[in-house]
Amino acid sequence: MSASTASTNYTPKTKVGRITNFVDERVGGSGILREFGRKVFPDHWSFMFGEVALYSFVILLLSGTFLTFFFDPSMTETVYKGSFVPLKGVEMSAAYNSSLNISFDIRGGLFMRQVHHWAALLFVASIAVHMLRVFFTGAFRKPREMNWVVGGFLLILAMAEGFTGYSLPDDLLSGNGLRIIDGVIKSIPIVGTYISFFLFGGEFPGTHIISRLYTLHILLIPAIILLMIAVHLFMVVVHKHTQYPGPGRNDHNVVGYPLGPVYAAKAGGFFFIVFGVVALMAAAFTINPIWNYGPYDPSPVSAGTQPDWYIGFVDGALRLMPGWLFGIPMEWHVPLPWGTNTLTLNVLLPALVPAGIIFAVLFTYPWIERWITKDNREHHVLDRPRNAPTRTAIGVAGFILYCVMWAAASSDLIATHFHVSLNDVTYWLRALFFIGPIIGFIVSKRISLALQRKDREIALHGRETGRIVRLPHGEFIEVHAPVDEYKRYKLVGFESPLPLPATPNAQGVVDRREKRRAKLSRWFFEDRVAPVTPRELEAAHGHGHHEEIAAEEDKKAVIR
Amino acid sequence: MGDHSHDSPTGSDVVAAAGQSETERFQDPGIPPHRPRLADTDPRAAKRAERQVAILFAVSVIGTLLFFVGYFAFDPNASIGTLRLQNLFLGLGTAFAMLGIGVGIVHWAKTLMPDHEVSEERHAIRTEDDRVAAEKIVEDILEETGIKRRPLIRNTIIGALALAPLPAIVMFRDLDNSSLSVDRLRHTMWKEGVRLTRDPSGTPIKASDVTIGSAFHVIPEGLNESPNKLEEKAKAVVLLMRLDPAALHPSPGREDWGYNGIVAYSKICTHVGCPVALYEQQTHHLLCPCHQSTFDLTQECKVIFGPANRPLPQLPIKVDSEGYLVAQSDFHEPVGPSYWERG
Amino acid sequence: MGLLFTGGLYAVATTVNQAKADTQSFSASDVKEGEKLFLANCATCHGMGGSGTNSGPSLVGVGAAAVDFQVGTGRMPMQMQGPQAQVKPKQFTDDQTHQLAGYVASLGAGPSIPAAEYLDEKGDAAKGGELFRVNCAMCHNAAAAGGALTRGKFAPALAGVSGQHIYEAMVTGPQNMPVFNDANITPQNKRDIITFLKTIEANGSPGGADLGSLGPVSEGLFLWIAGLGVIIAFTIWLTSRTS
Repeated sequence: MSASTASTNYTPKTKVGRITNFVDERVGGSGILREFGRKVFPDHWSFMFGEVALYSFVILLLSGTFLTFFFDPSMTETVYKGSFVPLKGVEMSAAYNSSLNISFDIRGGLFMRQVHHWAALLFVASIAVHMLRVFFTGAFRKPREMNWVVGGFLLILAMAEGFTGYSLPDDLLSGNGLRIIDGVIKSIPIVGTYISFFLFGGEFPGTHIISRLYTLHILLIPAIILLMIAVHLFMVVVHKHTQYPGPGRNDHNVVGYPLGPVYAAKAGGFFFIVFGVVALMAAAFTINPIWNYGPYDPSPVSAGTQPDWYIGFVDGALRLMPGWLFGIPMEWHVPLPWGTNTLTLNVLLPALVPAGIIFAVLFTYPWIERWITKDNREHHVLDRPRNAPTRTAIGVAGFILYCVMWAAASSDLIATHFHVSLNDVTYWLRALFFIGPIIGFIVSKRISLALQRKDREIALHGRETGRIVRLPHGEFIEVHAPVDEYKRYKLVGFESPLPLPATPNAQGVVDRREKRRAKLSRWFFEDRVAPVTPRELEAAHGHGHHEEIAAEEDKKAVIR
Repeated sequence: MGDHSHDSPTGSDVVAAAGQSETERFQDPGIPPHRPRLADTDPRAAKRAERQVAILFAVSVIGTLLFFVGYFAFDPNASIGTLRLQNLFLGLGTAFAMLGIGVGIVHWAKTLMPDHEVSEERHAIRTEDDRVAAEKIVEDILEETGIKRRPLIRNTIIGALALAPLPAIVMFRDLDNSSLSVDRLRHTMWKEGVRLTRDPSGTPIKASDVTIGSAFHVIPEGLNESPNKLEEKAKAVVLLMRLDPAALHPSPGREDWGYNGIVAYSKICTHVGCPVALYEQQTHHLLCPCHQSTFDLTQECKVIFGPANRPLPQLPIKVDSEGYLVAQSDFHEPVGPSYWERG
Repeated sequence: MGLLFTGGLYAVATTVNQAKADTQSFSASDVKEGEKLFLANCATCHGMGGSGTNSGPSLVGVGAAAVDFQVGTGRMPMQMQGPQAQVKPKQFTDDQTHQLAGYVASLGAGPSIPAAEYLDEKGDAAKGGELFRVNCAMCHNAAAAGGALTRGKFAPALAGVSGQHIYEAMVTGPQNMPVFNDANITPQNKRDIITFLKTIEANGSPGGADLGSLGPVSEGLFLWIAGLGVIIAFTIWLTSRTS
């Protein structure tokens, strides 16, 4: 820095100034502040979910650290001597014992457990909502594809972190969850049995799994999450935030509030708000009442044995898959030279395939869309979901697929609470698994197009005012109020690309791949509503002169 | 899509191939003018907002005090009701403390800090200049290492790097500190003469105890004293039921596996291993509460619904000289979920 | 329809509970009044003399406990045929129920109404909890919140059910519930189970509202609707323009 000579001449006047200057001369904070102090962030409620996830993670670190001071991740058998009467004298593992002690004998321990668990549910949920927002607004497009992938990894890591934590108290519910995981792992061909042995240190349940999960839960996975968050935020800084379309916003600028003071205050204050909401839930609503479930024992099980919500879709898929499909067994005995091996498709398929498809599409979608649309430009202005009908429809279809599996994980509770047959719930959900996404695709695409048409109407003819006016010759019309140019620009300032026909490559040949791409491009873009052009607006105003007359006549007309 | 037009006089429904040339676009009117807030123009409103923010911060202080009241005023060992009240106080205290600060700061930012929208230019993420320079640096570095010219070094280092992590993987071998025999999944504690006992007490069961319609949850005798209690229990638990012998339809060779309508089946689901413990004594169905696999007891626990594929393994039982139920042998097949080596 | 099986089952189900003498005494007039009530209200399905018909099982040997449970909880008389008899307002007074029980008990020996000593809720709650988890929780849920069975049947929640009815249900195995006779779970242990259930019911959840004690599903649903709902409300407020 050339300012090195200047800084020696600079003498701060206040005490704070002297301290700041001392630090600044040694780490060069001025440069950072100059870069970030007034960095602009766009403001929209849907941009806040990433922050919710980040803040939930901070809450998880804080409450989790407290819990580690009292939790004993050991499966040594012990006898409960704490203050919860219905478990007194019951044999249990040290892990469950210490979880009960945290809940009943350490002041604030129960509160911290509940904060930790509610924050965990919120952490994964806010990541999911954040990703839905990014997908439906097209924020994953160039240059943000890699950050989308990092976000996808964060989702998987969050699920892994959640599941390892869910299992730690070694209660009956989580123990049966581990048993299901063991069954799923054993279904993996060739290596499954050994992975199960290695994970559990021998046969299920063994005496090692809790301490191993503990290491993953408090050390390895959070460290990777932290690293990924750093990468994620670094890329956000590099890319700057996206913004919704509107007047004054384009791909070359970012419009919003400066970080200091407004945005920093809002974002900083929001941390306390998220913490407050989590504390509110922990104050008044029980989560994971481990004392109800009792210690893990391979014999008992409770009705309503479910995983936490984010694993629910896998559990639901396991429930939906029939063991016999039209009389064909889904467990295959594969004759091999050294003997017969077992391929457990009724477990393997539902456990791996739907999750595999969802994550494969999620990770590759930016590249799929870029290939179809041949759109290699940078995008910093978001699409309103209605203005990208096919993408929106794909997202809705995927979301419905997920939700059907999710609902299936609670099939027994749906049955008891809506007084229907458990079996019928499963049959319906099996059908919906296939039909639901298709219906969702069609309906959401049509709704998107309809909303686009509505936008056109408003841009051309203005907003419906609800005032009915009778003209002198007896005709009734509704008065439309014209929209101002800023509002209008929001309605018309979007791109509506046409299908991109197949183009020859360098050799002058249209290859098969390119033909396929053209076909997909057609599918992607053929249904479209073009944005209003200035000429159309002019024409509409000329054409729609009677509306102006209506406004004139307004005062004289009979208003009903 | 073309046939979607309705009879709007303006024909607003322009769809499909109607192209849109880039020139025919609306001009961006720019950022809308700033509309002042009440607090920007009215000093009294600003003062009011200031007071509101201060009150919110005061709420936070009260919340923190509430937390301390909750922490010290209750004896958590007293009763569940006290614990619930303490949890409520701690939670509400924290919630007020946090929300007071959070809502206060945001309210301050929204009402009193400037709300002029500003526009900032985006810069190219990568400039051509940088790219050229970086490419040059990488080429220079590679050149200086000489890795292209000396393939022997290149190939040996690739080989060494590929092998070096292997010990780290092999090290995990002792995660299962045993012979890794898959065979252990085939055997349980049951063998000829082992008494069926109640779970969890371990008291033996007489055949006469098992009346029609009963369901007993059963463990093998001596399980509670076993050194590997949970692992053995995870394989050996059995559900014992009695129904009208006429309702049972044993297959050839299995007629004597029960006793007077008393039958014993593994309680571990053949799907992914949950305890299949829900016995419906009228329909004779066994239901797994985890994934709803349903087994029909009258058809040797054949799967009649749900994701399981194989019937539950049956434990052959008989009665010993004292009238207690005992096993004839171990299960004739591995219990629980399938695995690759099961065959 | 499943009820058709029951008659035969009850007949044998009683042998173990036989050991205990019928402590409940029914006077001759109870039995006589009970018979009148039975003929007027029950015989259509259960047949003359409780011998059973196509639409109702035989009641010979089901014992007073079965009557006290089925009639005392309003399950009988059934409103309509369905997957299982539903709880509804009682159709008979306590006296009438007593008389009916006396009449049915007179048809053949069966489980009797439990003695008060087993219903005092002063047993060992921890022992009862252990037995409850092994024998009951898979259908009734670990917190006794109920659960689903096949084809529209369900195991009811146990909060608010009297100790006497819980005891009778265990001894008689109503509908699809298996029988837990005294050789399986001793009367003392049944007392422990009732003690456990009444303890957790009286305690409530230390963590606040229990969200139905339904486990992770209701927790997840609450988080998505209420938790995220409140957060979204805050985000909208936070990013909205102040007037």
